Amino acid sequence: MPVKTEAIGKRYEPTTYAVGREKIREYAAAVGETNPLHHDVEAARAAGYADVVAPPMFAVVFSSRAVGPALFDPEIGLNFAMMVHGGQEFRWGPLVVAGDEITTAASVKDISERGGMGFYVFESVSKNQNGETVCTATWTNIVRGV
Amino acid sequence: MSLEPGDTFELRVTPDPYVTVRYAGASGDFNPIHIDEAFAKQVGLPGRILHGLWTMAQVARAHTDAAGGPDKLERLSVQFRGMGKLTDEIVVTGTVRELNDGVAIVESEAEQDGQRIIRNGEAEVRN
Repeated sequence: MPVKTEAIGKRYEPTTYAVGREKIREYAAAVGETNPLHHDVEAARAAGYADVVAPPMFAVVFSSRAVGPALFDPEIGLNFAMMVHGGQEFRWGPLVVAGDEITTAASVKDISERGGMGFYVFESVSKNQNGETVCTATWTNIVRGV
Repeated sequence: MSLEPGDTFELRVTPDPYVTVRYAGASGDFNPIHIDEAFAKQVGLPGRILHGLWTMAQVARAHTDAAGGPDKLERLSVQFRGMGKLTDEIVVTGTVRELNDGVAIVESEAEQDGQRIIRNGEAEVRN
């Protein structure tokens, strides 16, 4: 069965995520980040940041919420049982700090088929409350046996 | 500190048995293959597996530690292969391939039990 490609270019409703200080600390602890910038407000302020700094990979937290509806879009019909997360790219702008509000818009970048596998590529663009792009992410999911 | 072509760095981390539970809560990814041993086995996995994005966070951390801070990492792309397991040591390695207008282009991978669970990592790191 060929993959459905009608959804290429489709855009989804943006979501806004309010970045909390304790959420940054929780995330930093879960991934083993010990840099004081991620935990200690005084250290972050001494380094010129308004509050504790999110590790770059915290982008997962605020952007996955926007990508979810794309993954579950019936128009795409992604077969979760056969899906693996094949690849990921993040391109970062200014660092995110506690107190930021990040708005993320997701879209379908590409859907294709090679060697019996479906490649579903989503893009998300996240901007802070000042309109600066803090992260552009590319999410590649592979479905075996399409 | 500045990164020069040929420089290498390494990060070793051993995921404890509950890291996937903490990461599920921190990230919002509650896929049961990461947190429910019985479910994971039911769907043919050897047991609970690591979140790929947790392992990618270890790769990112190796870069920011080597470069001297989170503001240095401008881009990171990786491919995931196989599955990451709990309680076995993961070794992340990075090698600076070249400098491009002062930005270090770094290649990386993450290996566990002889399997490269993250491959073809490529990063841009500001010096």
